[in-house]
Parts: sequence; structure tokens; C-alpha cells
Amino acid sequence: MDSAHSSAVMLVSNFVFPNDLHVHWSMMIVLYPYITGLVDGAFIIAALYYLFDIKSLRPVARFSLLFALAFLCCATLPLLLHLGRPERNLNMLLTPSPSSAMAGFGYIYAVSMGVLTFIVLFVYRPDLVELRATSKGLRHLIYRTLTFDSIDLSPSALELDRKIIRFLVGIGIPIAVVLHGYVGFIFGGVKANPTWSTPLMPVIFLFSACVSGISAIILAYIVIRKFKGRSIDHGCIKTCIKILTLFFIMAFAFEMLEVFSHSYLKSGYHHMVEGLLNGPLAASFWLWQVKICSVIPLLLLGAMGFFHMERYLYNFLAAIVSAILLLQVLIMRWNVVIGGQLMSKSARGYTEFHPEWLGKEGILSVILVMAIPFIILFVLGRIFPLWTPDNETNDHK
Amino acid sequence: MINRRSFIKNVLNGTIAGSLYLVWPMGGSSLEIPEQIPGIQGKDYDILHQEFAFIVDITQCIGCGSCCVADKREYHVPDGHYRTWVERYVKGFSDEIYVDCPNGGLDGYQHPRTDIDEKTRDTFFVPKLCNMCKEAPCVQVCPVGATFKSPDGFVLVDEKRCVGCAYCIQACPYSVRFINPHTRVVEKCTWCYQRVRKGLLPACVQVCPTGARKFGSMKDETSEVYEILKGPGVLTVLRKEMGTFPALYYKGARREVI
Repeated sequence: MDSAHSSAVMLVSNFVFPNDLHVHWSMMIVLYPYITGLVDGAFIIAALYYLFDIKSLRPVARFSLLFALAFLCCATLPLLLHLGRPERNLNMLLTPSPSSAMAGFGYIYAVSMGVLTFIVLFVYRPDLVELRATSKGLRHLIYRTLTFDSIDLSPSALELDRKIIRFLVGIGIPIAVVLHGYVGFIFGGVKANPTWSTPLMPVIFLFSACVSGISAIILAYIVIRKFKGRSIDHGCIKTCIKILTLFFIMAFAFEMLEVFSHSYLKSGYHHMVEGLLNGPLAASFWLWQVKICSVIPLLLLGAMGFFHMERYLYNFLAAIVSAILLLQVLIMRWNVVIGGQLMSKSARGYTEFHPEWLGKEGILSVILVMAIPFIILFVLGRIFPLWTPDNETNDHK
Repeated sequence: MINRRSFIKNVLNGTIAGSLYLVWPMGGSSLEIPEQIPGIQGKDYDILHQEFAFIVDITQCIGCGSCCVADKREYHVPDGHYRTWVERYVKGFSDEIYVDCPNGGLDGYQHPRTDIDEKTRDTFFVPKLCNMCKEAPCVQVCPVGATFKSPDGFVLVDEKRCVGCAYCIQACPYSVRFINPHTRVVEKCTWCYQRVRKGLLPACVQVCPTGARKFGSMKDETSEVYEILKGPGVLTVLRKEMGTFPALYYKGARREVI
């Protein structure tokens, strides 16, 4: 507080509006943008391979698609758990209010799901046709359904597949951008909350989505391959890390830009936002999100980019950086979603949030919701082979 | 001497006659509703040509909490949630502002604050309720159209349609909304729409002992709200910078009121 005048309207008696004591959007709404972000980032990896022909991503391209699909299947779960009346969820599709940003979710989600499913089916078609020929019983029926009863693998059919895949991935990119940019806009469009209400919000969400998705692919690829005792394609990891570095620099720059804009412009509620970041969010924002989970990965990524390293060390650091960045994005979502609500609209005080263990929005539910995509991925991996000798590494080309 | 048979007969007859009296059409409503808002009772309610205003006169509020009690009783508002509340502002000579609102002001402000060290320059109470914005953010953001604006200017919630997503709670700059833990849908002040449609004042207005809460039709040129809004007195709205254009006006609100 610089002067008595400014203190007259700000922050003196920690007064919270009576209805603001409760944090209405809690951990499930932290998970929702986190999950859609993972989907987006994973899809970007696939798009870079299938549309932009970055060939070194071949070992993770198909895996990214399945990873994205597994998580997209669960993107609505946290929302359903959050709704007061989840049984009315179809109202979003049946009686949408066109003026609401949120009303678009069902449609954007459905289109994303459709496009991603078709991309997976076309990408896997040659494998599915082969598996159909060698399988029996229920598996045969599944593969027959997934190939739409077509066994045509002639060069012209495969060329048509390739064109369709490029087209689908081409429209998939704007859809993925809309899906996650829109999630950012849900927050950015709330003018009553000064920490959310910024046009930068969709941009920040998009870049951090790419960071989380690419990190997840790197980490999952390394862990699964190690677990299975298979080789890790170094060229692929290197490309992924370079892309991750680019997206993370952008994400972190925009996150910081937003904070510095607030503190430099000193307009409206900057005292409240400042007080929030230096008060209730001091540990989760400055310490965890910025210092531990952003500065350290930046230094590591810099070292990986500038210095020559042994492959095993590079891969090890890649896994570590990815894990930290996955945490960074989760903490960032926490700080935006829950942190933003700690500030009462009275502009005179902050409320508190204590996560509960049980309950439909509790910590156990969070763990369950985050475990389900991996179960789906496991099941998908039984139907769609994650790696075949053909795409295992770039050396097999 | 009455025997047992005729006694039972008489009792039965009396019971039947009494019941008939209760159900017999008496040629008029047995419940006389007093007319508190002129021009509504006994007429067709032209929903397209109505306009109402609510004025809170801060200089008259004594912080008794009657309005909060009336509201809680009218709607069985769950504890810890508030459709309306009364804040107490204390302004010190250093320009510091101390605001509190224990239990939403339900118990009335019976004792002065003792935790303020400096000399008090001014103190006042600020009742809060739905602002019935003309450009309501809650209506805009509701994904299913459960929160809507009626043609006569009331922002209402269809509790059978609401999904309980709480987006409107985030969007409301005045924090007048909450999720009712029993119905699991959103709830807020309606300016007692069901009463207004019967020509009755909102419950909080009716019980206010000092007339700090005023409500009336802008179509009635004799109404108090019309007179005040037409007159030269300074009226303000809350959070004007939000561009919500509230139909709730404040008279005598200091600039510190948010």
C-alpha cells in the first residue's frame, strides 16, 4: 500500500463476500483443462509427423494418437463429477444457450472425438487389416468392425488413406486449438474475476497444453520402452525435446508476461492480484510453478540443447524435465483455477481452499480420474499395437 | 336428556356441515391480499410492458438484519448461504476501511466493533442483493439457458433446467449466487418475483423498519422509486465498470462501497 488513499479501497479488513467463502470450481475443474491440454499436446506431436513431415517423430506418432484418444475419452469425466446435477448434462447439447462460451463444449468435444477416432482408424488401417486376417472370434469381429469390413491394401487405397489422414490431421489442428483455446477462453471470458479476465488466457492455456502433452508423450515413451526392455529412439527424443523447449519458452514467457503486465499497468485490481500472488499463492506460484517447475526445466533444457551428452544421460534428463513440466502445468492450472477464486469479489480479502480426500471432487477422485485414461490406453494398446517392428525406431526405415 | 345415538348423529351432522362450509364456494377469495404495488392486482399482467426498480438508501439502513431474516424465512435459505446480506462499513480517520458481515448480518449489528484501534470517522451499513442487471453476465454465461431474463426485467433461475455448473457464480460480479446444497442447483435473490406478480412487495422491503429498501414500478409515476429516480438526488450502481447496468440503485453509497 503506497498511500492512505489507495489503501482506502483495498485489502484492509480481509473482508470476503459471504457467498465467496466457498471455492465453487475445485480440483475437477483443475483436471479438466489439464486433460484436454494433454490431448492437445499429444495431438500436436502426431500432427508434426503426419502433416508437417517431421520424420524423426515416427516412433511416437501413432502412440501420441492413441494417448490423445485415451485422454480425450475421459475429458468429460471431471466435468460430470463437478456438476451439481450431472444427470442433466445432456441439457448442454439439447438446450444450449448460444451466448455462453461453455455451451460450445459438447459440440467442440464431439467433433474432436470424431476426427481423432477417424485419424486413428485410418492410420492403423493396414495393421488392422493384417490383424483381422490373423485373428479369430471376437477379436476378428472387432477388427472387421474397425476396418469397416474393407481389406483393400492396394497402393491406390493406401495413397487415398494417406491423403485422408493428411486432411483429417489438417482439420484436426484447428479443432485441437479451438478445443483448448476455448477452455482458456472459459476463464478469460469471466470479467468479474480480474486474474482470469485477460485475452492472454487462451494463449497461455494453449502453449501450456502443448507443453504438458509433449512432456507426457516423452515421459510415457521412455517409461514404457524401458519397462518393456526395448530400445529408445534417440533422434526422436531429441526432436521432441527441441519442440518441447520451443513451446515451453513460449508458455513460460506468456505466463510471466501476464503477471508483469498486471504489476506494471497497476490498473484496477492489481493490488489484489499482487496480494494474491505474494500471499495465498506465494508457495504454489512463485516457489513451485516458477522457481522449481519452470526455472529448473529451463536450465536443464538449455543444458540439453547446448552441451553434448551421452545418450543415456540425455534420455534420463528428458524424462526428468518432462516429469517436472507435467507438474508445472498441473500447478499452473491449480493456480489459475483455484487461485483465481481465492480472491473475493469484494476486492478486500482472500478465502481459503482445503482439498478433501473423499467426495466426488476429492483427492481420491482426482487419482481415479487420472488413472482411467491409462487403463483405456492399455486396452487400446491391446487392439491397436503401440509399436510394430515397422515404426519402432527410425532405424527400421 | 340426549341419548348416545342422537349425540353421534348430531356430531356427524355438524362435521359434514362444517366440512361443506369449508369447501363451499363463497363467491370470492377467502384470502385477501393487500395491494402493496399499485396497478397489478385485479388486472391482466402485461409482462412486456413492466419495469421495476429497487433502491437501497444507505443513509437509512440501521443494520437490524430484519431483511435477512425475512429472506431466510421466505426461501428457507440454507445456513452459510445468502440471497441477501448486510455489510457493515467502518471508516477510520486514516481513510482505512473495515468491512465485516458476520452471518450475513442475520443477527443484526447489535454491538460496535471493538477490534479497530483508530478513531472512527464514519460508519454505515450496506444491504446487498441481486442487481438484476440489464446486461447480466450470469444470463450470458449459462450454458443451458437455465438463468434467464424475464420480459419484465427479472433475472431468474429455472431450477429444473440448471445443471449446477457454477459458471454463473463465477460470472456474477456481485457474488449473489450460490449452489443450494439440497437442490444442488444455483440459487439467488429474485426480488421476490412470486410476490411482485401478486402485487406484493419483496419480503425484505416489506419488513424494513426504516424504508431503506425501496421497490416499485417505474410505470407508476406516483411510486417512491419513480420519484427518486426522476429527482435530482445522486444515485449510484455497484461495479459500474463491469458494464452490467444494474436495476438496483444505491442512494448515499460512499465510493468505498464495492
